[in-house]
Amino acid sequence: MDELNQSFKPKPTVAFRRKKTTDRLLAPSVETRQEWGGKLVSCLAILLIGGLVVTLFAFLINKGLALFTTDKFSLGAFLTSTDWRPSHHHYGALPMIATSFAVTVLAGVLALPLALVSAIAITELLPNWVYRVLQPVIELLVGIPSVVYGYVGLTVIVPQLGRMFGGTGFGILAATCVLFLMILPTMTSMTIDNLRQVPQQYRLASAGLGATRWQTISRVVVPSAKSGILTAMVFGMARAFGEALAVQMVIGNAAIMPTCLLSSSATLTSVLTTGIGNTVMGTASNNALWSLALLLLLMSLAFNLLLRVISRKGVR
Amino acid sequence: MRKVLLGILLAGVLAGLGCGWAAAKKQPAQSKVTVVGSTALQPLVEAAAEKYQRDHARTSIIVQGGGSGTGLSQVQDGAVNVGSSDIFADQQDGIEHTKLQDHIVAVAGIAPIVNPRLGIDNLTLDQLHQIFTGKVTNWRQLGGPNLPITVINRASGSGTRVAFEQTVLRPGEHAVNAQEQDSNGTVKEIVANTRGAISYISFAYVNSRVQPVKLAGVAPTAKNVMTNRWPLWSYEHLYTKRRPDAATKRFIRFMQTRRVQDSLIKDANYISIHDMKVARTPDGQISERR
Amino acid sequence: MRPEKTDKLATMLILLLAGITGLAVLAFLAYLLVTGLPHVSWHFLLSPAKAFQSGGGIRDQLFNSLYLVVLTMLVSVPLALCAAIYLSEYAVQNRLTAAIRLAVEVLGSLPSVVIGLFGYLVFVLQFGLDFSLLAGALVLTILNLPILTRSFEDALQQVPTLQRQAGLGLGMSKWRVTTKIVLPGALPGIITGMILSAGRVFGEAAALIYTAGQSTPAVDYGNWNPFSPTSFLNPLRPAETLAVHIWKVNSEGLVPDARAVSNGAAAVLIITILLFNLLARLIGYLVKRRFAK
Repeated sequence: MDELNQSFKPKPTVAFRRKKTTDRLLAPSVETRQEWGGKLVSCLAILLIGGLVVTLFAFLINKGLALFTTDKFSLGAFLTSTDWRPSHHHYGALPMIATSFAVTVLAGVLALPLALVSAIAITELLPNWVYRVLQPVIELLVGIPSVVYGYVGLTVIVPQLGRMFGGTGFGILAATCVLFLMILPTMTSMTIDNLRQVPQQYRLASAGLGATRWQTISRVVVPSAKSGILTAMVFGMARAFGEALAVQMVIGNAAIMPTCLLSSSATLTSVLTTGIGNTVMGTASNNALWSLALLLLLMSLAFNLLLRVISRKGVR
Repeated sequence: MRKVLLGILLAGVLAGLGCGWAAAKKQPAQSKVTVVGSTALQPLVEAAAEKYQRDHARTSIIVQGGGSGTGLSQVQDGAVNVGSSDIFADQQDGIEHTKLQDHIVAVAGIAPIVNPRLGIDNLTLDQLHQIFTGKVTNWRQLGGPNLPITVINRASGSGTRVAFEQTVLRPGEHAVNAQEQDSNGTVKEIVANTRGAISYISFAYVNSRVQPVKLAGVAPTAKNVMTNRWPLWSYEHLYTKRRPDAATKRFIRFMQTRRVQDSLIKDANYISIHDMKVARTPDGQISERR
Repeated sequence: MRPEKTDKLATMLILLLAGITGLAVLAFLAYLLVTGLPHVSWHFLLSPAKAFQSGGGIRDQLFNSLYLVVLTMLVSVPLALCAAIYLSEYAVQNRLTAAIRLAVEVLGSLPSVVIGLFGYLVFVLQFGLDFSLLAGALVLTILNLPILTRSFEDALQQVPTLQRQAGLGLGMSKWRVTTKIVLPGALPGIITGMILSAGRVFGEAAALIYTAGQSTPAVDYGNWNPFSPTSFLNPLRPAETLAVHIWKVNSEGLVPDARAVSNGAAAVLIITILLFNLLARLIGYLVKRRFAK
């Protein structure tokens, strides 16, 4: 009995031990736990970014709609009236919307051909070392802060325009020049990238068919990079649309409908930067500025959408 | 090995931060005065704060810009001790001025300026009124050359503009919608570069590049402001809650002392509050100062 | 017209236009450097700005800009790296991932002034950070995250799939493969991306005027305790950066030599950005050479 007992006794311990081993074998390994941890951390990071975007939108929409909900200003009047006088509770944003668009479109239309021409010259016509020398220069230009562009606009371009055409020199034309200078490097560098992505075989095939270089460029290279070039243009314009300080320094800030290129005007961003410090949180004048910010947000969304449509067309 | 080193380094940094935090806590409690608001007043308050802190190491004074509106709303919310403003709280939308206490620390004269080549150095208040409401659009109508008038206004809601319009425009009237510039410096540059331009800036910014305009023969000088013979001037305010704490009170009183008023305020081309012979209420009433 | 003639004409025209554009842009650069460099001296770099007199420097502004870059990087790099790892290594192709990618892209296309105002509303007013370096760094983080995430993701994608498969084949977990194989391989790209985005953070102004503030209180460069209010390391003090300084000196400046100060500051800004770019290239080159060995 004793013997039996003795021989019996260890058994549970063995079983117990065995159970522990299988448990450990079946339990998540260090690797798996690391895996979970890693996944969790990276997932959290991405959720944080997503949450940030949602909060940003929620806050700005909430603030931007206050003018229409709490102050009962009509949305229609906000978008179509040309009368912007916060001190008299007239909040017509049309002059700013129109000026913002005018400045952006002019700068984009001016910059596109020049960016295209420069990119063609660098990728197709000039030897490769030119590209290697110019690439860092273009990168530097892309990186120059917009304030510097605005500063040069204020001290060089505005007085020059004033001397050439009379008046103060402040206005849409000055802002266009500044923005044009600002977005040209970005657009050129994007266009260069797009042209270089056109397969070399296309050029060879075209040359093999007896096409001249110009024919190759105009009928093969540029058409096949078309969507990329358009993307570069829209991207540059989006940047111009949202630029604040550089524009504010040279546009003149008169919230009136733009009538000519040389009269002072105001863009959405320039009104925002000058006004936000002079108004009190929660008042109608302040809410109107937040509505402008919301408008800016929606416009940049629209530009984003446009970019997606263009690049999707390019893929097809 | 590398991990150990890294760990030691990290622990060291953390320990250092902890010690620093403890040390900062242990230090005699510093009283902190935060001044937020008017960008025009900011350099002046900064200079005064620097001077004050030399003698009062226990008080740390933080001066920030942000605009008069920001300053007033922040002090009303209790977020800062002092809101600096170029205009009376009564004139600012959305501020309950009864909850705030006004401390006037300086007086700024405002001068209309034109381009020196324009050849005009004297206007009447009425002519100024006509120019800024857009009734007169050519200098010829005022006896000048045949040149369109380029009106350059200040940002709406800015202190200089409110003070200017209070004197020049009639109640309920509004200025012609013209180019607006936020700052004295830019305005001066534009007028210096444009022949037909007219605007107005603080005395502090007037120099030989622009022509200050006399009003019916009265020159824009500090002396004329003191007696209100020159009507274009405004107060610079520091607003606090009704019962400011001791440190805030002391600093504001320091700024109002004769010593500061006669040195710093005058150096910055403002006018000392002790020299003023008249006082002005928020709605523009002028009275003899007792 | 014969095609050869058209070709010659078009080529000439293109080269001419491109030449003019190039010259204009180079003239712009040269103007900035020629007008700015004479004002740059050790005295200019190492003395504080002045409120009323001429002869002020940019010491505090320069330091603030650099410190802000460091603070921003401290917050944004880990976050962007984790996000990029998720997008590149873990994300499955579904609606949610697409939505997140869209969100990142939208965030990247927002005007900086809008983000600055959001920061003013949330960090400065709501969280009560006041105008401070920290509020500025958080706003710059928002601005920086999309660019950083994208460049990190690109860098991670450049690492060949074969290397990952080899790691997985050895029984390593995906996380370990990512940290031990993919990350070291992507390091040059990650560093380049960091430095280039640092350049952008360095020059940002619109997002900072209502978050980091437009004033620089007197700071003590001998006080290394970040919790002391007078310390130069204190993240809760307001700080005007170099780019904001240029804007402010030009608009509200009382100093008589505003032109000289902003010329000099602009030149310093450009040279710093140039240094950032060169550094990025140099590191990319060095790491590549090490890998080639």
